[in-house]
Amino acid sequence: MKYSIFSLARAALSGHKNWQRTWRDATPKDRYDVVIIGGGGHGLATAWFLASEFGIKNVAVLEKGWIGSGNAGRNTTIIRSNYGLPGNTGFYELSMKLWERMEQDLNYNAMVSQRGVINLYHSDAQRDAYARRGNTMRINGIDAELLDLAAVKKMMPFLNFDNARFPVQGGLLQRRGGTARHDAVVWGYAHAASELGVDIIQNCEVTGFVRDANGKVTGVETSRGRIGAGKVGMAVAGSSSRVAAMAGLRLPIESHVLQAFVSEAIKPLIPNVMTFGAGHFYVSQSDKGGLVFGGDIDGYNSYAQRGNMPVMEDVCEGGMALIPMIGRVRLLRQWGGIMDMSMDGSPIIDKAPVDGLYLNAGWCYGGFKATPGSGFVFAHLLARDESHKEAARFRLDRFRTGAMIDEKGQGAQPNLH
Amino acid sequence: MRIVCPFCGERELGEFTYLGDAKPVRPVAGAPEDEVFDYVYLRDNIAGVMEENWYHGGGCRAWLKVTRNTLTHEISLVEPAAGAGARHVVK
Ligand SMILES: Cc1cc2nc3c(=O)[nH]c(=O)nc-3n(C[C@H](O)[C@H](O)[C@H](O)COP(=O)(O)OP(=O)(O)OC[C@H]3O[C@@H](n4cnc5c(N)ncnc54)[C@H](O)[C@@H]3O)c2cc1C
Ligand SMILES: [Zn+2]
Repeated sequence: MKYSIFSLARAALSGHKNWQRTWRDATPKDRYDVVIIGGGGHGLATAWFLASEFGIKNVAVLEKGWIGSGNAGRNTTIIRSNYGLPGNTGFYELSMKLWERMEQDLNYNAMVSQRGVINLYHSDAQRDAYARRGNTMRINGIDAELLDLAAVKKMMPFLNFDNARFPVQGGLLQRRGGTARHDAVVWGYAHAASELGVDIIQNCEVTGFVRDANGKVTGVETSRGRIGAGKVGMAVAGSSSRVAAMAGLRLPIESHVLQAFVSEAIKPLIPNVMTFGAGHFYVSQSDKGGLVFGGDIDGYNSYAQRGNMPVMEDVCEGGMALIPMIGRVRLLRQWGGIMDMSMDGSPIIDKAPVDGLYLNAGWCYGGFKATPGSGFVFAHLLARDESHKEAARFRLDRFRTGAMIDEKGQGAQPNLH
Repeated sequence: MRIVCPFCGERELGEFTYLGDAKPVRPVAGAPEDEVFDYVYLRDNIAGVMEENWYHGGGCRAWLKVTRNTLTHEISLVEPAAGAGARHVVK
């Protein structure tokens, strides 16, 4: 089905009772050319790119719960391409360009909103670091502007500019950054992939790998039976170590919980996405009016999808330091998701050391913005057996060879990335 | 989450800092590269009961070994980590 102003008008005239389902809930076949484990944004995007760009349509996406029940439906929806290191800079810009055409590509309204992302700086050293990052972006053809205090005051007059300890001095702005509606991204990829014949299979948990005499992966065992596969790609985010362990692999990854918060709805206040540079607090405002905000990961290993009070307190303190007036707004909801924190803070998109298995993991707290890019380069790897050039550095063996992509320079301590 | 420190009693989580899985043991100097790589970068990343190192920075400043379920956050045992503090605890 094609969505358009006409389909909307037609459906409206029949009282919205005759909408077709957005995508087909499939039952598993015996075998597929490619099986993707994980029906989050990355798994579904991969399936769509396989079918639309690489001509591989006999594809299944296996999801243990419902699609979007993992981090794809739990994140704070920020998209941006303001990374500073080779490997990341080009990849995230590839992803940003795909965001800019996603809705036309998928025929689905994902509410992509390029409202701008601004990182505030509070010291001379931080300004210099941001200037350097902005220059790196511009050299790579990505938009970046360094704003001084006057420009920030004009844009966000409601910030606390009298903070003696952490004075706002300016900010690094990427105007093309912004937000997108996370659930719609999941449904949009499901819609478009399903239209091209991809089977999306829910309530289908992968419980093991089928291997041939040479150890090659030839399928998966699932809660809905055995499914054969030419190739298997895993895109299971916070469950990466658990699924990889079924193939006998140990990954350079720890699973940690990240929380998100939404306030009651208020009138339009926050014009963009902004981050407080002196603590860890970031905020945007949803179209419903709620302030959507977050901060650091909790800092201990967790698969519980919920966090604890110290981070809540810390995030709210950060918010109060930057925008004192939000102290009057009540917190409405809060939840957590499980992050696949890699040892250098950057992702892994590579062939596994097991034949027939492909890895897409290590997204930390930043994989939503990567959704289209990750789907594209992972589909490229699955289809052609070679890395896309913008993903060539996301190798699994970089931890052994020393070619880390450590944007924060924290070393192998995942709770600090 | 609250942690019952063997030295200080029950305290809120904010007083503690997390290091991680207590299982990896630092290889001896001159150990083969594979062992060092494994120690620094690879993790079991257990979904279930795990022994971990925590630091009570907001209290006695001792290192603790905490047995905790990563699926539920339930803590079943807190002991002083091997080292100086351990001998002060009356069992
Ligand atoms: C609170 C929070 C805020 C965030 N904010 C941002 C942000 O602002 N910007 C940003 O870029 N990123 C953000 N992220 C990170 C981002 O959400 C993730 O990196 C990204 O969603 C991960 O990719 P995914 O969508 O494919 O993961 P998921 O949606 O988690 O998909 C993985 C799927 O695999 C399934 N699965 C697991 N095991 C199995 C199995 N054995 N068999 C079958 N299926 C299985 C899971 O059920 C899940 O649906 C945030 C994350 C959280 C939790
Ligand atoms: Zn103590």
